Amino acid sequence: MLALHPSLPRRSASMVSSRRKKALLLCSMAAPGALWLLLLRYLPMFGIVLAFKDYRAFKPNTFWNNIIKSDWVGFSNFDFLFKSPDAWTMIRNTLLYNITFILLGLIIAVAFAIMLSELTNRFAAKTYQTLMFFPYFLSWVVASYFLFAFLDNTSGMIPNLQKLAGQEVIDWYQSPEYWPALLIGASLWKNIGYSTVLYLAAITGIDRTQYEAAAVDGATKWQQIRHVTLPNLRTMIIILFILNVGKIFNADFGLFYNVPLNSGSLYSTTQVFDTYVYRAYMNSGSVGMSSAAGLLQNVIGFVCIIAANTIVRRVDADSSLF
Amino acid sequence: MQTHLSTGKRNLRLNTISAPAETAFHLILGLFSLFCVVPFLFVIIISFTSEDSIRQIGYSFIPLSWSTDAYSFVFKLGDALWRSYFNSFFITVVGTVVSVLLTLLYAYPLFRKDFRQRQFFNFFSFFTMIFGGGLVPTYIICKNVLGLSENYAALIVPMLFSPFNVIIMRTFLQTSVPTELIEAATIDGSGEYNTLFKIVLPIVKPGVATIALLNALAYWNEWFLALLYIRQNTDVIPLQYLLMKMQRNADFIAKNSHLLGSEAANVAVNLPSQSLKMALVVLIVVPIACAYPFFQRFVVAGLTIGSVKG
Repeated sequence: MLALHPSLPRRSASMVSSRRKKALLLCSMAAPGALWLLLLRYLPMFGIVLAFKDYRAFKPNTFWNNIIKSDWVGFSNFDFLFKSPDAWTMIRNTLLYNITFILLGLIIAVAFAIMLSELTNRFAAKTYQTLMFFPYFLSWVVASYFLFAFLDNTSGMIPNLQKLAGQEVIDWYQSPEYWPALLIGASLWKNIGYSTVLYLAAITGIDRTQYEAAAVDGATKWQQIRHVTLPNLRTMIIILFILNVGKIFNADFGLFYNVPLNSGSLYSTTQVFDTYVYRAYMNSGSVGMSSAAGLLQNVIGFVCIIAANTIVRRVDADSSLF
Repeated sequence: MQTHLSTGKRNLRLNTISAPAETAFHLILGLFSLFCVVPFLFVIIISFTSEDSIRQIGYSFIPLSWSTDAYSFVFKLGDALWRSYFNSFFITVVGTVVSVLLTLLYAYPLFRKDFRQRQFFNFFSFFTMIFGGGLVPTYIICKNVLGLSENYAALIVPMLFSPFNVIIMRTFLQTSVPTELIEAATIDGSGEYNTLFKIVLPIVKPGVATIALLNALAYWNEWFLALLYIRQNTDVIPLQYLLMKMQRNADFIAKNSHLLGSEAANVAVNLPSQSLKMALVVLIVVPIACAYPFFQRFVVAGLTIGSVKG
């Protein structure tokens, strides 16, 4: 390295050794994390070859031996993805749910953040924010119990009220047509508080003198929201929007697996990419096909993220992910 | 300064939304806030409902009769239940301590501008955020090669490190630790580890608290790792996973009463299984609900930083 910089003054041997020592010590700090990344993130990347193999058990039945001895099958593991109607259903579900989450999440969170910032009663605003943020800290297992308390066929509140009113009782966990609405509601319930807090932090950061100047010029509160608040949020909205679009093929496994209680009759509206990969492996034990589906998801996801980031960099170079 | 503040305040009061609009805002936000916490209140009510009332009118906000049976059963049911509660605590504490240490150790060199390998380690961590081996290859490697199966390690190790947290920690370091401080410490002969733990750590305590809370929450709410890696060994399952299993098969408790200790076997006949499940849900949410008002501030700080760069 030093030879590359002939203009630098020559360093004494002791200085070089102390620099080496420093670099070594700093490397040793990063080493445990790097080792973790190597074993739990980079090693599995070699497992991608599974998508192109007919993985079977051989003797001795160790993972590496099985991988090496299994036959290459080219892209045949991917065939089922384009032939089975189930695969199209889950791709459709993943995309439609994500588009809905992104749009509704954006509009509602920005609206809530503006409302919270405009309330004159600061104590009330703080209380609303705290209550709204609460579900974000709970797991989907807990959330699934919450929904279960309302919908359960035998004890749930809604079926019992329907019985009481003499109406026909809906078997919620067997009726796929209700689940798009329920899952969208569950996702908003859990995540709106989080995005609201993010946007609210951005609004709090806006220079108050902009509002005062607008007020002096005779702008009403609504005009101030339109012409001061929203333009100030513009960059953040665009960035979060694009980054979310970058993750459009990734679904929240917990939401789609736990909340519908893994009910098989609901797959037509609850199956998404992540649950599909999991079930393809756990139910049929097909290593090749589930790896292929997972690889497809990762490759599309990678392309989306790169594309999203390129666009973000055009909009605002400082906010790009990389 | 005084006068400036007071005029600012007067302007603020004049420059507000109209009263009807404010009422509408209160209505919308209030209703949504209720929507966010009512399910939890409902589950608390169910956990105090008598089994008779549930049998007659189902779960209800106004039960026919109240009862603390569910809780007395929770306290009577020995072994597996408390074992799971203990497991959740154990996994959370060990996982949080180790992961905070790993995160700080990895983020600190990335923050040091004079560290030549900085770019490499940065990319090494970042790349895993945008690409990965996928669920199945990761699962097979963890299970067959790394031995993460049927043990505590399987529930702790896969979440020990997160590139996202590294970014948050690095940002905290960049905003609160001046480079001159590190240079001065080096000149005074402070070693790298000494500088990190004696000089830098006290300054970035809020950052460490944020990472610790995010990790603790993630570990406390974890069930996916148990779903993947724990098949037979019920001794290590956390409470979240126990709850999940209970929900899947309605009479899990009755069937597995031997797991829950000998006393449960005797009382399984008149077990308040419905309210008992809800009591367990309450018990797992209570630690979060109690600590929440205190840690909310830190989490907001962490998430705001994370969203800006990450």
